[in-house]
Formats: sequence, C-alpha cells, structure tokens
Amino acid sequence: MDRIALDVAHMFAGGLVLVSFMLLYQDRMFSLINIFALHAFVVSVSVAWQAYIQNAPHLYVTAAIALVVKAIVIPIVLHRIIIRLGIHRNIETVVGIGQIMLGGIGLVALSILVMLPITAEAGTLAREDLAFALSVILLGLLIMVSRRNAVGQVIGFMSIENGLILAATGAKGMPLVVEISVAFSILVALIVIGIFLFRIRERFDSVDMHVLDSFRGERP
Amino acid sequence: MAVILDALVQLGQLLLVLLLAPLLTGYVRKVKAHLLRRRGPPIVQPYLDLMKLLRKEVVLAHNASWIFRVAPYVIFATTWVAAALVPTFATGLVFSSAADLIAIVALLGSARFMLALAGLDVGTSFGGIGSSREMMIASLAEPAMLMIVFTLSLLAGSTQLSYVAAFMQGTDVGLRVSLAMALVSLVMVAIAENARIPIDNPATHLELTMVHEAMILEYSGRHLAVIEAAASLQLLLYLSLVLCLFAPWGVAVAGEDFTSYTVGLVVYAAKLMIGGFLLAVFETAVAKMRVFRVSDFLGIALMLGLLAMLLLFVSRGV
Amino acid sequence: MAVEVLLWCIVALLAAATGAVAGSRRASTTVLVYAGGLVASTIILATVIWSLVSDAALAQTLHLPVGLPWVGAHFRLDPLSAAFLAVVNLGGATASLYGLGYGRHEPEPGRVLPFFLSFLAGMNLVVLADDAFTFLLTWEFMSLTSWALVMAHHRQSGNARAGYIYLLMASFGTLSLLLSFGLLAGSDGGYTFDAIRNSHVSSAAGAAVLALVLLGAGSKAGLVPLHVWLPLAHPAAPSHVSALMSGVMTKVAVYGFVRILFDLAGTPAWWWGAVVLLFGGASAVMGVLHALMEHDLKRLLAYHTVENIGIIFIGLGLALAFRANNMLGPAALALTAALFHVFNHSVFKSLLFFGSGAVLTATGTRDMERLGGLIHGMPFTGFAFLIGSAAISALPPFNGFVSEWLTFQAILLSPQLPQWLLKFLAPAIGALLALSAALAAACFVKAFGITFLGRPRSDVARDAREVDGFSLSAMIALVCLCLIAGILPGYFIDVLAPVAKMLVGAHLPQQTGLKWLTVVPIAESRSSYNGLLLFVLIAAAGWLAAYVIHRWASHAIRRSAIWGCGFEDSSTATQYTAGSFAQPIRRVFGTLVFRAREEIHMPSPGDSQPARMHVHLRDLLWDVLYLPVANGVAVISEFLNRVQFLTIRGYLTLVSGALVALLVVLAIWQ
Repeated sequence: MDRIALDVAHMFAGGLVLVSFMLLYQDRMFSLINIFALHAFVVSVSVAWQAYIQNAPHLYVTAAIALVVKAIVIPIVLHRIIIRLGIHRNIETVVGIGQIMLGGIGLVALSILVMLPITAEAGTLAREDLAFALSVILLGLLIMVSRRNAVGQVIGFMSIENGLILAATGAKGMPLVVEISVAFSILVALIVIGIFLFRIRERFDSVDMHVLDSFRGERP
Repeated sequence: MAVILDALVQLGQLLLVLLLAPLLTGYVRKVKAHLLRRRGPPIVQPYLDLMKLLRKEVVLAHNASWIFRVAPYVIFATTWVAAALVPTFATGLVFSSAADLIAIVALLGSARFMLALAGLDVGTSFGGIGSSREMMIASLAEPAMLMIVFTLSLLAGSTQLSYVAAFMQGTDVGLRVSLAMALVSLVMVAIAENARIPIDNPATHLELTMVHEAMILEYSGRHLAVIEAAASLQLLLYLSLVLCLFAPWGVAVAGEDFTSYTVGLVVYAAKLMIGGFLLAVFETAVAKMRVFRVSDFLGIALMLGLLAMLLLFVSRGV
Repeated sequence: MAVEVLLWCIVALLAAATGAVAGSRRASTTVLVYAGGLVASTIILATVIWSLVSDAALAQTLHLPVGLPWVGAHFRLDPLSAAFLAVVNLGGATASLYGLGYGRHEPEPGRVLPFFLSFLAGMNLVVLADDAFTFLLTWEFMSLTSWALVMAHHRQSGNARAGYIYLLMASFGTLSLLLSFGLLAGSDGGYTFDAIRNSHVSSAAGAAVLALVLLGAGSKAGLVPLHVWLPLAHPAAPSHVSALMSGVMTKVAVYGFVRILFDLAGTPAWWWGAVVLLFGGASAVMGVLHALMEHDLKRLLAYHTVENIGIIFIGLGLALAFRANNMLGPAALALTAALFHVFNHSVFKSLLFFGSGAVLTATGTRDMERLGGLIHGMPFTGFAFLIGSAAISALPPFNGFVSEWLTFQAILLSPQLPQWLLKFLAPAIGALLALSAALAAACFVKAFGITFLGRPRSDVARDAREVDGFSLSAMIALVCLCLIAGILPGYFIDVLAPVAKMLVGAHLPQQTGLKWLTVVPIAESRSSYNGLLLFVLIAAAGWLAAYVIHRWASHAIRRSAIWGCGFEDSSTATQYTAGSFAQPIRRVFGTLVFRAREEIHMPSPGDSQPARMHVHLRDLLWDVLYLPVANGVAVISEFLNRVQFLTIRGYLTLVSGALVALLVVLAIWQ
C-alpha cells in the first residue's frame, strides 16, 4: 500500500487514541461533550479515508452516519438535556487524574501487546486499526469506570462504539446493514438513557451515582 | 587546512549563539509588547541591560560563600557549551561528537544544580522557594525528555543531534503522528525548563509566582549579568533544539563550502524569528498556572511522549 | 601467584584483627590497625588491577585443605572476582585512611577495630570463594562482623533494633542463598563452582534459583522490598563502616548475584530479565523518594544506596534479557554499564559517607534541620561533599553521568528485543530511571544546601571546624577519582572488557584508541560521549568568562544584609528547612507513594502558642509485607508454645510418633 496512505491512516487512528485520552482528562461537562463530538468527527474522517484507499464506497455512508448522528445530533441532544436538567457541571473522578492517565497508557500498551502478536499475518493497516480500536474500547471502559456522573458514563459508552466502528472498517469494511442497525440501537439506547436521567433527576435531585448507593442502603 | 577551517566554523558557532541569545530575548519581549498594544523596549535592550549590570557593583550577603560567587560562571560555562553543541546553521561540527542529546540535557541539569545551590546559599526563604520548585519541575520534565529521546532514537536510530537532523531531512520519515506528539511534548518541556509562562513568569517578582527569579533574587552586578546571559542562552538552546530536530531543512552539513554556510545562517535566523514569534503569541494567549498544576502540565507532556513511543511500535518500519 | 598473595594479605588482616582484640586498651592500636588495613588493601588492590590488566584470560585457582574434609576450600581469581576485589579494596583502603583520623574520636575502639579488619577480610574472601561452602561461610562471616560493627554503639537509641532487624534479614538471606546453591548443585552434584557450572539446571529450578538469589543477594544489596534493614543499620555504624557497608558490602551482594545468575546458572530465560528490571526500577524510584523525605543525613545516604542498587539491577536485568535472546553486543553494553556503576557508586557513596562522618565529628549531630552554613567552617569537606553530590546526581563531567548514560544507551537498544513485554517494559523502566536521576539531583541539592549552605541553624553548626588531615586526604583522593573516571571513562570500560567477555561472550569495542578519547559504546553514528572534551570546554568557557568580566567589568563588592523585603531578617529559623524543601515533591509524589498527609494546627488569634505542622508518612511495605509476616510468625509460635508445657507422657508420645512416621515414610519410599 502506498506509504503516505498508510501514514495518514495511522495518523487518524493514533489521533483517535489521543482524543480518547483527552476525553479521559476532561472535568467539565460541556467540554466533555465537545471533545466527544471531535472524537466522532475523527472517526468519520478516518472511515472516509479508509473508504478512499480501500475503494469501498459503502464506507462513505458509514462515515456520513457517524458524522451526522454522533458528531452533530447526539452532542446537541446532550447539551439540551444538561441545560434542562441543570446538572452540576463539574465531573469528579474516582481516583486522582494522574493515576487514571497512567492506567490509560497501561491499557494502550496492553491492547498493543495483545493485538499485534495475534494478527501477525494480517496486513499492516488491519493490524494497527485493530490494536488502536481495542485501545479506544478499553479507554472508553476506563472513562465509564472512572466517572461518578451519569453523563460521563454515557459518553464513555458511546466512545466504545466509535472504537468498534474503527475495528470494523479496518478489518475490510462492515456491511451497511450491520452499521445501520448498530447506529439505531445506539440511538434507542440514548433515548432510554435520557428518559432515565430525567426520572433519576426528578427523584433524587442529582445524577450522581453515589446518591443511588446511599438510597439503596449500601453506603451510610 | 580543512581541520583549521572546521575548527573556525565551530568557534564561529560558539560566538554566534552567545551574540544571538540576548537578541532573541529582546525580540520575544518586543513581540509580546506589540501583541499587548504597547511599544515595548527596543530589541537591543537586553544588550544594554547586560552592559549596565557589568558596570555596577556587586552587593553580597554577609554569609554568602564561594559557591555564590562561582556559581554564575559555572552556570554560564555549562549552558554556553551545551548551546554550542546544538546544531544551528550546520550539523556535524567538530565538537558535535562530544555530547549527544542526553548529555546536552544533563549539562543543563548541571547548570540547574548550581543555580539551585546558589539559591540556598544565602539562607533566605525566597531562595528556598525557587530551589525547591525548580527541582520539582525538573524532576517532572526529565522523564518526558527521555521519552522524546526514545521516540527520536527509535525512528532515527541515533541520539546524536547531527544524525537525527540528517534523518529528519531525508525522505524516509514520512508523515508520523508520533513526531507531532513528540514535538508538542518537547515544546512543553522547553517551556517548563526555560521558566516561561505558563510555568513561571520571567518578569515577575511576587514570591508566590517566582521560580527562576526567586533563585537569583540576591544576585546583582556582574554576577546577575552572567546569569541573565545564561538564561538567554538556554532559551536559544531549546529553540535551536526544536528547530534542528523537527524543522532541519536548509541546514548546512559540515565540510561544505561557504555558500551553504551562509544559506544555513540565513535560514536559521528566519526560523528563529518564526519560533520566537510563536513563543510570544503562546505566552500572551495563556495565563500562568498554579504551581501544583505544573505537575499536570508536565504529566501531559510525559503521556504524549509515552503515547508517541507506543504508536511507533505499531506503525510501519519499526 | 596472585591468589596466594591475596590470601596472605587476608591472613594478615585476620591476624591483625586478633591482635587488635588483645591490645584494644592502647591508643596506638587504632593507628596500627588502620595503617595495617590501608597497607593490606592497597597491596590487594594493586595485585588485582595488575592481574586484570595484564592477563585477559585470567583464571587462577587454589585449593586449600581447610574446612570440610572431603571438600576443602577453593579460591579463584578470574576477571569478575578481580573487578569486584578492586572495588572492595579501594573502599577498604580509603576507609582505613579515613579511619586513621576518624578513629581517634571513637569512644570504645575495642568494639570497632577487630571487627573492622575482619569485615574487610570477610568481604575479600567472599569474592575469592570458588565453592558453595566457602562462599556461604564467608558470606555469613561478613554479615556477622558487620552486625558487630552496627552494634558498636548499642546504647544509642534505635541501634539495638537496627542490629536485630539486620541480623534477621542477613540470616534470611543466607538461608535463601543456601537453598539456591542446593538447587544449582542438584541432588548428586558437587558444590564446587566448576561442578555447578557444568551441571544443567531445569527451567523450573532456574526460576526458583532466580527467586532465591533475588531474595538472598537482593536483600543484602538493598533491593526493594527487602531494603528495610538498610536505612536502619547503615546509619547506626560508625561513618567509615557505613561507607564500607553502603559502598562495598552491597557490591559484594551484587557480585553474588552476578556470579550465580550469569556464571553458574547457565543461559537465562528471557523473562528473568523482566523480573530483575522490575525490581531494579522499583528500587530506583522508591529509594530516592524515601531519601527525599529524610532529614537525617546518613539515612538519606542509605536510602540513596537503594536507588543506585536499583540502577545497577536495571543494567543487570537488561544484560540478562539481551543474553537470553543471544544479542551479545547489547548484553555486553548493559553489563559494562552496570559494572561501571558498581565502581562509581562505591567511590562517591564512600565520599559522601566520609563527608557526613566529618559533619558528625565536627558538630555531633546528623540532623540536617540543626545544621547549615557549615561551608564557612569546613571548606574542604564542603567541597568534597559538593563534588560527591554532583557525581551522584549524574551530572557531567563526573563519573555518575557516564554509567547512567551507558545504561540509557542500553535501554535505547531494547526495541530490538523480540519479546513484546520486554519491548514495553524497558522504556517504562527508562522513564523511571530518568525520574530517579532527576529526583536524586533534587535530593542532593537539599542535602548539600541545607547542611552546608545558608545560615547556621544552631550553635553547633556555627562553631563547626574542619576535621583532621587523614579524613580530608581520603575524601580528596575520592574526589580526584570521581573526576578522572568521568573524564577518562574509556580506560575503565576497557578494563571491564574481560569481565564482559567472560560473562556474556562479547565486549564493547576498544575505547582507548578513539579520536580524542571519545567513548563510543555501539557505533559512531548512534551515540558518543567525550568527557574530557566537555570538561576542557567547560573549564575554558568559565575561565574565559571570568577573565573577560574581570578585565572589563567593575570589581566593586559591597557586603550587606540579605534581602528580607526591607526587614532585617536576623532569625535563622526563617530559612528553608529540609522538610520545606521537599514539600513540592512530597505533594506531587507523596500522596500516592507514602500516603503523605500534612496536619497543621493553627492556634486561635491571641494565643501565644506556635503553629505546628506534622507530616505523616507511612512506608507501605511495612504494612503490606512485613507486619503480616511478623504477625503470622507470632501466631504460629503462640500455637507451638504449647509444646513447651507437655507432660512427660506427652513428650514420649511425640518422640515415638516421629519415629513411627519416619519408618512409614521409609516403607512407602522403598
């Protein structure tokens, strides 16, 4: 494959990992959503580039869906939800930020350690996409685990899905049917989560998950 | 004959960095002033300041020891030698095999060691503040610097600056996101080590905000002139380092003819102007951080360096 | 033959030790003992260096019919033992020279002098030993004599506890080494090192040997998590003995490690290097972080030994990893870096301990919070301590930088390793190494700055005077050695080449013939370093600046008070203290590593009490590792205590039960 093409694909995939780290670092709600919009944008650009070099036009549709739904619609919806709910705008993390970042680096190293030997026969492009996709998924899990706030956990969940898109395009594209069904399921999940957020907010006056614990009696 | 010519070029670089350093400092101040809609001091003001300081008498504390009086010269000597070993307009000069990137960073560490000791020598609390904060910042910047060295040596197969610069000019490099991350990380480390905003304000004298200024608070007269010259040299060193590692186009190679040296000089001066302008814009746009946010800032530099290295393991050709 | 000369010197040391017991009341014994130690160590040092330089394939053995009847005692002089003998006896010679001056202040010389010479003899014998029995016997002898030295001032608070913990850890270490030799020799093998070398060890046994050697030699060297005895025991001994324990005995432990894993155990598995790298990196960072929190000068130096041992083990781990993958050139580089650091550390750690001993003699205290301004009264000691601090902080042009630079170059070669775990681990350990080097510089700015610079914080600091000539000459000799090893490292690397050749099968390219004495460890295009040129350039630049300034600038100097925002700041309590210097670093690293907490009690307005700040630090290793083990041993011994109080019938049942059990085992085994 052309060297510049490989380098640009590597740049987008590496950029996605970098934006995942930026998501990990954020402690304010609006900047978290904006960075998530950037995350989805980088995914869509990466998928579009893959469509170009793999000559797979159906991937352009995937890129368009990612761009419209996840980079534009969902962030706007989340913005509205947050303003309506009047949620506390700062996001606390469970442990210190330095340990979380070091843990993130460890997860990236782990995913590279796992993926590269397994995919030894595949092409360079597929190998690095898979390794970086696993990193993005693990980092998304770390975002979910390290946040106390429900909105932060939602963002982490959706960044996992971005990682899955990257993995699927790297492994020689995804059928359009699968992509549309995955996107719809994410949308449905978001609607359900939004409804729950409203209910939780009504009931407990907060969306801090710790409040749930004390309500259930698990914490004094 | 060729040997003598090479030696002359190396001595020329030694003098060049010494003469250019205050000019760079003055240029950065001028650009910052213009960005703040002031006229600012003239570009040659640092030279005038140095001349003025050399004429003044030195006021020494009663309990200052010989370390206080010797430290400025040691700091100046190590910084000057380190700055002379970084390729500016030509690579592969005579002394360039004496120190690679790790050794140059360690030479600056020697200068910092003596400066911190001088801050503790007079027994004031200002000196203590400066020394302790400076050593904390250094301890966080060193691992980030090593990660940058690692990334570069992984790509270029060398830690000698001339060889890295030659590799970066070649076609084998390609478009690497790891290099972009390493560049950002190096810029952050350079800002921390040179005591620029957002780590430290080079123009402040409030105790809560001083780091570098606190260590040199007791210095006056010719000692202060030598230390200020060393600080300007350090800024020039880091800027030359960034340029030589990440933008080495137009640099001459040692042993070529006179025209290539001249071209190298002109290109170097232009690059310095651009770099100084960008530094001034960055300093004006950002506010100074609290001291204990510095660890976050340098932690980000370390993360970028680690990530750059990990990405290199995945990409082609390693 | 060289071995015989060495053994005669050692016998002379032991004889002098016995003589010192007899004549310990007389004042001249001190001088005689230390002079004897100096002479013997110098003779051994000269012999060993001459053997190493003249004969690259050195392998002299000697068999003495002392000890066990069917084994005897084997001794061997080969490049590895020659190199370590040089380190041991350099330390011994300078400590004896120092002791000629320092020993006069010893209140109870009879508790120190005989054990000092025996300690030297023991260390020499360990390095010369060529079979397992001699090794273990002399190792134990070395531990016991050093324990006696630790207990020399047993009435001072804390020393008795330090000695107790030291004895526990030393016995535990010897037990581990005993088991490892047993595994290496196999069920039918002989115990001479030749026999062990030729016997084959299975990979499971090899893993067990690695663990046992890390426990045994690592605990003596001070590897985390087995380092806890070091900061207690090393400061308790007299200062020249502390220098020997920190600078030399830990190196004998490193010798044991290198001998067993590189020479006797055969080809290592690749993951051995990973384990050693991990422990080395952890020791480097934990050692220096603990050192930063200390304000007792000797404890700070002892924790620093832990850090430098970590650096040495990082080099050794890399050498093991490279060797397991048959990359002999990089293995030689890593091994040479580790061995050079062994030498360098013994030099500057001895220098620093001698300096702290001088401070203790002059002021009577080791607590940095009560010192300050010593450089005015003790200029030579201050200069020597400054050079030692610069060397240990890995600053060019001194020797500490060269060995750390070589270690970094070895780490930069690690991407060539095939195993992915090693590929990731080595750069991470490299980052930890850079962190520990920077923190070491911070720690020594604190140690030198708070102790020697600033204003005196107490009367004893103000009245301190310079120490005697012998101590100073020992320190100055080590200062010169620091500079020479930093400027001319090529010679030292070439001297270490036979050792690398013996252990990994390759050595670094010849350094002495290179242009302008540059050091090129791998290839010219990859990296090079020229200490001499840097030193000359720095000196020339400094001299030129001073000349130009003094020729054309003003000469005027006026003395005045320090700047205190316009107030006359006469109290010395307003200076920075050791605790305040370490505060930024404690804030950044301390909460994670030590659970550091600061507690501030502010009095209410109008109350004349002072405000107080308490800093709470916990060494987590005590809580996680040692206290559970101690509690477990206590529980088991409580349970077994019942055996003390059985009736006669109970004891008879016990004995007959044991007999029956053994017969059953014999029956089954047939």
